[in-house]
Amino acid sequence: MSLEKPYLDVPGTTIFDAEQSRKGYYLNQFCMSLMKAANRERFKADERAYLDEWAMTEEQKQAVLARDLNRCIAAGGNIYFLAKIGATDGKSFQQMAGSMTGMTEDEYRNMMIAGGRSADGNRVVGEGGDAQAQHQPQGSAHRAPPSKAGA
Amino acid sequence: MARITASVYTSHVPAIGAAIDLGKTTEAYWQPLFKGYEFSKQWMKDNKPDVIFLVYNDHATAFSLDMIPTFAIGTADSYQPADEGWGPRPVPVVQGHAELAAHIAQSVIQQDFDLTIVNKMDVDHGLTVPLSLMCGQPTAEDFHWPCPVIPFAVNVVQYPVPSGQRCFNLGQAIRKAVESYDEDLNVQIWGTGGMSHQLQGPRAGLINREFDNAFLDKLIADPAAAAAIPHIDYVREAGSEGIELVMWLIARGAMSDVAGGKPPKTVHRFYHVPASNTAVGHLILENS
Repeated sequence: MSLEKPYLDVPGTTIFDAEQSRKGYYLNQFCMSLMKAANRERFKADERAYLDEWAMTEEQKQAVLARDLNRCIAAGGNIYFLAKIGATDGKSFQQMAGSMTGMTEDEYRNMMIAGGRSADGNRVVGEGGDAQAQHQPQGSAHRAPPSKAGA
Repeated sequence: MARITASVYTSHVPAIGAAIDLGKTTEAYWQPLFKGYEFSKQWMKDNKPDVIFLVYNDHATAFSLDMIPTFAIGTADSYQPADEGWGPRPVPVVQGHAELAAHIAQSVIQQDFDLTIVNKMDVDHGLTVPLSLMCGQPTAEDFHWPCPVIPFAVNVVQYPVPSGQRCFNLGQAIRKAVESYDEDLNVQIWGTGGMSHQLQGPRAGLINREFDNAFLDKLIADPAAAAAIPHIDYVREAGSEGIELVMWLIARGAMSDVAGGKPPKTVHRFYHVPASNTAVGHLILENS
């Protein structure tokens, strides 16, 4: 018999269940190691070498190097663990959460000040809300930054 | 005998802790939020408990994926504020109440709740931000929290978290445990976390004022109905991290009306959006 997973049809959302947790064990434990200042220093000095000390998949390592939190979550990461990477980079929780939407920092912050994202249209996959797959990425962070003159 | 005199409910957003620690509480962004806790700080001074039983969740701090206890009670003499990656918050060490905690652990386990007993752990923003909000930030001259605290950590990180109903029932067992302790102690129970928020994926930033305010109404007047809300409703309506609200039901279950007493008095209610990614809700209920 299969497990009851009533949350699979919530758009733009990955529930960290036992299956995700099993997949993401080493990724999340790597994140956990960043709670020690000495480990943060070693990671910053040579990210790839530090990641290679962990039995993570190549996809997990690439997702961390790219700081792509959506990829990290798909690979079994949990946001409370991934937050340790953000902390190491000097990022706030708002910057981390916003980075997963495709919005710029300002766009996301302004959405929150305006009352946050509405649940309307975002409760079940297939509705029309802004978190639905057909509306990704949101905002303008994915647009290429203006090229520097002379570069 | 010991008694639960009141319950307190509040969100525990890390950015609130950072705003306090960095002296930003009077900035335009934060000022409306901290104004909502002015009453609470005075109320804490006027109603200083002997012990706070503080229900919160650990955010991958004391508990990694090596061990994931569903319910963990702290029975230590003290707890250090954790380094969550930004360095430890500059707040006092949290003094425990080992004797009452051990008593509650034994009583609650005998009432069929399988608690994990923790004699050594650091505590993160989930526990220290509510203390800062309710007690004010301790100054260097008087660097301690006003009373001992029993930390009670609930797993809301890895699904499935305990159901609202189980949390509500657990609160009732905690009330019985407290009331079977001989010493006259004034105990407050705090439920923290929530309200609506989602920290992950393209749906990050979800806020649901209607759900949150309906939850506050229910929690006050019809807690059994609030306890019946299934997990999936929290996820869909209040965001994946909105599920933290089940912890409020532990505190609510410990109030005396649930055991046939009078309805509690709502002495304070506050709601504000946003604090970083989160809707902040806050209640103080006193036993009549």
